[in-house]
Amino acid sequence: MESFRSHTGLVAPLDRANVDTDQIIPKQFLKRIERTGYGEFLFFDWRSDAGFILNRPEYSKASILLAGRNFGCGSSREHAPWALQQYGFRVIIAPCFADIFGNNALKNGLLAVSLQEPEVTTLFERAGRAALELTVNLESCRVSGKDFDAPFTIDSFARHCLLHGLDDIGLTLQHESEIAQFEAGRPLWMPTVHGD
Amino acid sequence: MPRTAFDKIWDAHVVRHATGEPALLYIDLHLVHEVTSPQAFDGLRQAGRRVRRPGLTIATVDHNVPTTPDRLLIRDPIAAAQISALRKNAEEFGIVLLDMNSGRQGIVHVVGPELGLTQPGMTIVCGDSHTSTHGAFGALAFGIGTSEVEHVLATQSLPQQRPRTMLVRVDGRLPRGITAKDLALGIIGTIGTDGGTGHVIEYAGEAVRALSMEGRMTLCNMTIEAGARAGLVSPDETTFAYLKGRPYAPQGEDWDRAISHWATLATEAGAAFDSEVRIAAEQLEPYVTWGTSPGMVVPVTGVVPGPQEAVSDSEREGVLRALEYMGLSPGTRVDQISIDRVFIGSCTNSRIEDLRAAARLVRGHKVHANVRALVVPGSEAVKRAAEAEGLDEMFRSAGFEWREPGCSMCLGMNPDTLAEGERCASTSNRNFEGRQGRGGRTHLVSPEMAAAAAIAGHFVDIRRWEGAG
Ligand code: SF4
Repeated sequence: MESFRSHTGLVAPLDRANVDTDQIIPKQFLKRIERTGYGEFLFFDWRSDAGFILNRPEYSKASILLAGRNFGCGSSREHAPWALQQYGFRVIIAPCFADIFGNNALKNGLLAVSLQEPEVTTLFERAGRAALELTVNLESCRVSGKDFDAPFTIDSFARHCLLHGLDDIGLTLQHESEIAQFEAGRPLWMPTVHGD
Repeated sequence: MPRTAFDKIWDAHVVRHATGEPALLYIDLHLVHEVTSPQAFDGLRQAGRRVRRPGLTIATVDHNVPTTPDRLLIRDPIAAAQISALRKNAEEFGIVLLDMNSGRQGIVHVVGPELGLTQPGMTIVCGDSHTSTHGAFGALAFGIGTSEVEHVLATQSLPQQRPRTMLVRVDGRLPRGITAKDLALGIIGTIGTDGGTGHVIEYAGEAVRALSMEGRMTLCNMTIEAGARAGLVSPDETTFAYLKGRPYAPQGEDWDRAISHWATLATEAGAAFDSEVRIAAEQLEPYVTWGTSPGMVVPVTGVVPGPQEAVSDSEREGVLRALEYMGLSPGTRVDQISIDRVFIGSCTNSRIEDLRAAARLVRGHKVHANVRALVVPGSEAVKRAAEAEGLDEMFRSAGFEWREPGCSMCLGMNPDTLAEGERCASTSNRNFEGRQGRGGRTHLVSPEMAAAAAIAGHFVDIRRWEGAG
C-alpha cells in the first residue's frame, strides 16, 4: 500500500448525501479482472450531465472530494475507492462514511476523513464561493486551510499502517503460529467444503 | 455478566488482540464470487501466497450469469472472461466452485444456507455487502472488500475493530399480509440508511421469533441498507430444524454436539446493547419505496412525499433529485403508480418460500398487458424445488418468464436490465439510481406485493387482494 502523510490539494464539492458505490462506479465496469483502469469511469452516469461538478473546468485538478453524509453506502465493491484514486483523488471528506467503503478506502491509501457536520457545511460554503485549497495532515490529524483548522479522528492502527504504507497481510502472517494454534482448537464438526 | 450472541461469537473467534491494534478474527467460512475476487487471487499470485484453507472457502457464479436457457453461452466477452477467471482461480488454488449446471449454483447468499454451510456461531465473510443474510442463523456474517478477500484467502483471518451493538426488538405479531420484507423496509424507514453504521444489529422480539428461516434471511439481508455490516437473530429451534439433514450440516453424534453448542449461543436476558430500537409489529404496513435510497419508503396506502417534509436543505435537495429521477410528483397515491416491469428474485427474496407466496397470488390471473414480469429463482436447488411443486407452471401460465438462477435484474450486470425510464416493482434490496439499468426506476416491495402489481399493472394493497393471506 502507498503511504500517506500529508496532502494539499484543491477541493471538489459534491453536495449530496448517501452517494452510493453504484454511482461511484456503475456495475458495467465491474467485469474487469484488473485493479486498474477505473478512473475514467468514475461517476459515469452523473458525468453525462454537463453541469456535474467534476465536468467543470475549475475542478479538473481537484484531489480532495468533499461530500455529504453516508458516503460510499451500498455495495462492497472495492472498485469504488480504486476509481476515486485512479481519477486523482487522495482524500475524501464527509460527515460520515459507510463502514465497508471506509475500510476499503484505507486499505488502498485513500484517506477518508470524517469532520463534524457544521465543519463540512462551512467547507461546502467556501468551496462554492471560490477555489478552496486544503491540507490534510495525517501526522497531526488536522484538516487546515485559509481560516480553517479542524481536527479529525481516525483509528490509530489504521493511521499507523497508512503512515508507513504497511501490507496488512504481511503483518497478519507474522502471527501464523497463533492462527495455527487457534485452528487446532476448532470443533471437528464444523463444516469443511472438502478435506484440506 | 449476561452476554449477547454477538459477544459470544466475537470472543470465541479472537486469535489475538494486542493493545492498540484491531482484534485478529478467525473466519470459519469464506464465500467467493466472480466479481470481487479476481484481483484478490492476482494479489496472491504476485506475492507467491497460497490459500490457507481451501476447505473453508467456496465459490459460485451469480452476478454475471445470464438467466436464459442458453445461459452457458455468455455473449458478453468481459463477463465471460470474469467467469473463466474464477474457474481458473478455483482450479489453481484448490477451491470448490459451484458452477452452472452443477446442481448447486446460485446466488452466494442462497447457496450457503441451503447447503447447510451457514451455521450458528460461525464467522462468515464474502466480498459482497449482503453477506449479512447469513446472520439469520445466529452467525456473525459481514461483507468485505477485495483487499480483505485477499487477506482472508491468505490468512483465514481478518483484523477487525469490535463493532457496537444495536438491539432491534419487534414486539407483537406481524399483521396478515405483512412480510419480513415489509419489516425490513419499516425498520430502515425508522432508523435511516446510516442508522446502523458501526453496529451489529440483533433482531429480537416476538415477531422475529415467529419468522421462518427464509423470513429471517430476508430481514438480515437488508441490514446493510440500514448501514450495519451485520445483522443477526439468536439461534433457536427454527434454526436447528432448518439445518437438520442439509448436505454440510453435522450428522449423527456430531449433530448432537453441534446442537448442544448452538443452544448456548442465544443472547442472555439482561445482556446490554449499545443502543436499542423498538418496533411495534401491529403498526407495520406493506411498504413501497418511492425514491432512490431504501430509506425513502412509504406504506402502500400512502402518497409520494414532497420536499416540504424534509428536515434540512440537503435532504430537500435529495428528495427533489429522487422525485425527478423517479418521475414522480409529490402527493401521488402509491396505489396509482403504474409499472412496466416486475422482478421477483435476488438474495433478498428468491427462496422457495418467496416463490410460493408469489405463486399463490398469481394463480388464476394474468400479468397485466403493459407489464413484463420475470421470476428468477435464487439457486438451481430452489428452481428444482419450485418445479417439483409446479410453481414454474403457475408463473408461466400467468404470463411470467421463468428463468435460470442468478442475481439477474437485482443489479443488471447480465442482460436482464431496465430500459431508460422503465418502472419496476422489484423484490431486490437497492433502489439506487441506475441500479437495475441506466435510467431505470426501482420500487422495492415484498414478493406478494410484486406479484399483485404484475397482475394489476400498478401497486395494490396486498391486504385487499382477493384470496390473499
Ligand atoms: S442478488 Fe443482488 S444484492 Fe444479492 S448478491 Fe446478487 S447482486 Fe448482490
